[in-house]
Amino acid sequence: MNETVIQVKDFRKAYGTFVAVDGISFEVERGEIFGLLGPNGAGKTSTLESLEGLRFPDGGSLRIAGVDPSRQSRQLRALVGVQLQTSALPDSFRVDEAMRFFCAYHGKPPRDDLIDRVGLNDKRAAQYHELSGGQQRRLALALAVAHKPPVVFLDEPTAGLDVASRVMLHDLMRELKAGGTTILLATHDMAEASEMATRVAILLRGKIAAIGTPMELTATGAGLTKISVHTEGDCLAKASAAFPAVRQTQQQEDYFIYYSTDIGPTISALIAYINAQGDPLVDLRVERPTLEDRFLEITTKGAAR
Amino acid sequence: MNAFVNHFTFEFRVGIRNKTLMLMNYLFPLGCYFMFGALMGSINPGFLLTIVPAMSIFAVLSGALLGMPDTLVSAREAGIFRSYKINGVPALSILVIPVLTSMLHALLVTVIIALTAPVVFHGLAPVNWAGFLLVFLVAAFASAGIGVLIGVISTSSRMTVLFSQLVFLPSMILGGLMLPFSLLPPALAKVALLLPTTYAMDAFGGLAMGQAAGTHPWLSLAILAAGGLMAFALSVFLFKWDSKNVTRGRHPALALLAWAPYLVGLMLSL
Repeated sequence: MNETVIQVKDFRKAYGTFVAVDGISFEVERGEIFGLLGPNGAGKTSTLESLEGLRFPDGGSLRIAGVDPSRQSRQLRALVGVQLQTSALPDSFRVDEAMRFFCAYHGKPPRDDLIDRVGLNDKRAAQYHELSGGQQRRLALALAVAHKPPVVFLDEPTAGLDVASRVMLHDLMRELKAGGTTILLATHDMAEASEMATRVAILLRGKIAAIGTPMELTATGAGLTKISVHTEGDCLAKASAAFPAVRQTQQQEDYFIYYSTDIGPTISALIAYINAQGDPLVDLRVERPTLEDRFLEITTKGAAR
Repeated sequence: MNAFVNHFTFEFRVGIRNKTLMLMNYLFPLGCYFMFGALMGSINPGFLLTIVPAMSIFAVLSGALLGMPDTLVSAREAGIFRSYKINGVPALSILVIPVLTSMLHALLVTVIIALTAPVVFHGLAPVNWAGFLLVFLVAAFASAGIGVLIGVISTSSRMTVLFSQLVFLPSMILGGLMLPFSLLPPALAKVALLLPTTYAMDAFGGLAMGQAAGTHPWLSLAILAAGGLMAFALSVFLFKWDSKNVTRGRHPALALLAWAPYLVGLMLSL
């Protein structure tokens, strides 16, 4: 049976007259990686920081495993691990000291294994200001998960990370997920959300514009599927009739590209036509709309309103 | 308890690793001590009667007012307090530990001053060491309370410098460190009674240095202790984790209430 770990109901957050989050609701189940996407100012960080107990909601209710983040701070700290979008440690904090310091406050033994895991083994004695931006973010991640919290909040975790660090972070997220940890991930990186998230919510102007699995979101959009076809001959250049469901065509080098709203009829008709012409097929590629396409579609539509 | 000790140890080490804190906790007060000892001793030999308490208070003020507040403001503005909050570091630890470490740094400098002043400058050593330690601890607490309060209410490092100097400079000039309180003109003597150092020097005179005539050491000590408690309580009340996310509309002007005990001291003297 699925267990709801994070519950956001009619949550509202305003700063003066500016409403940053306007009555959103969603639930996250145990072991999910839930992505929060949205352009700058959409309300991602306000939502995340209210769940982390750093901000107070102006309406609605927030619960993490039954705990109210704004009222039960002590219980919340044991439940959640947080990597903030912008955070810092004292400049003269050494890496191993930081691990001991925070683990002591969580009442746990220091997790030296995590320092190795995030690739900071040779930086144990380095002071915080001596670390690069990427190393500081990796340390923040290690500190966030050191007390083995059942819920982890990651706000733009891969911003500023190099490729190797990014791969390491994704591996760590997968490990946490496999261990039953619930992760709420705010990111601008659509590829990351698409690859890592079980479900995503796209926030726009403080409201949820779309929610579902990355597959569901890309399937429900008006996005066109790109079908690229290459044949030995030039039968496609001579094709006089339009293929079904094709909205747009173009030619790029040896490939004829068809943008289709319904790939089944389009591909059937294309294959039938090529076979009828006796022109051998060299290559056929189908590219579904990406989460990024869907995101742009939603945010552009929203911005135009 | 383990976490508190860990935090305290770390904060103490930072006071030595951090160049600004090292300067304000040790180098500046010790440098001034040797300079004042050499200069004032020859210009005003009476200074040598109070060199130990005066320079101890100077060390306390240097660390508490010139060093500590800026580190608190910088930490809050850099988001360090946010990192602390999400990792379960209590606000009380963030405020108590700098007060304690500031007192410990000042105590170490004071030990150096108390041991060297009689030998190097022929200064008067305390006649009652227990009384000296008691007054030192209360005075250091009162000063650190003001320091932490300045760190809590300042919105920037520039404001910190302004607020700190508003207390530090008058304390140096009027607070009995350089000139005895009895030599001040009546109007300035009234102003001096609003400064913690005036009460600290009075208490040192009566309880530690064998100069009881004309002093009210226990009253001074009580006013200092009340001032320290008031300043610290206001720091807790006005504390913010994050300057960009104001969750409590408590006005920083409330910090002026920390001067209530000194105002009482002034009124009692009228």
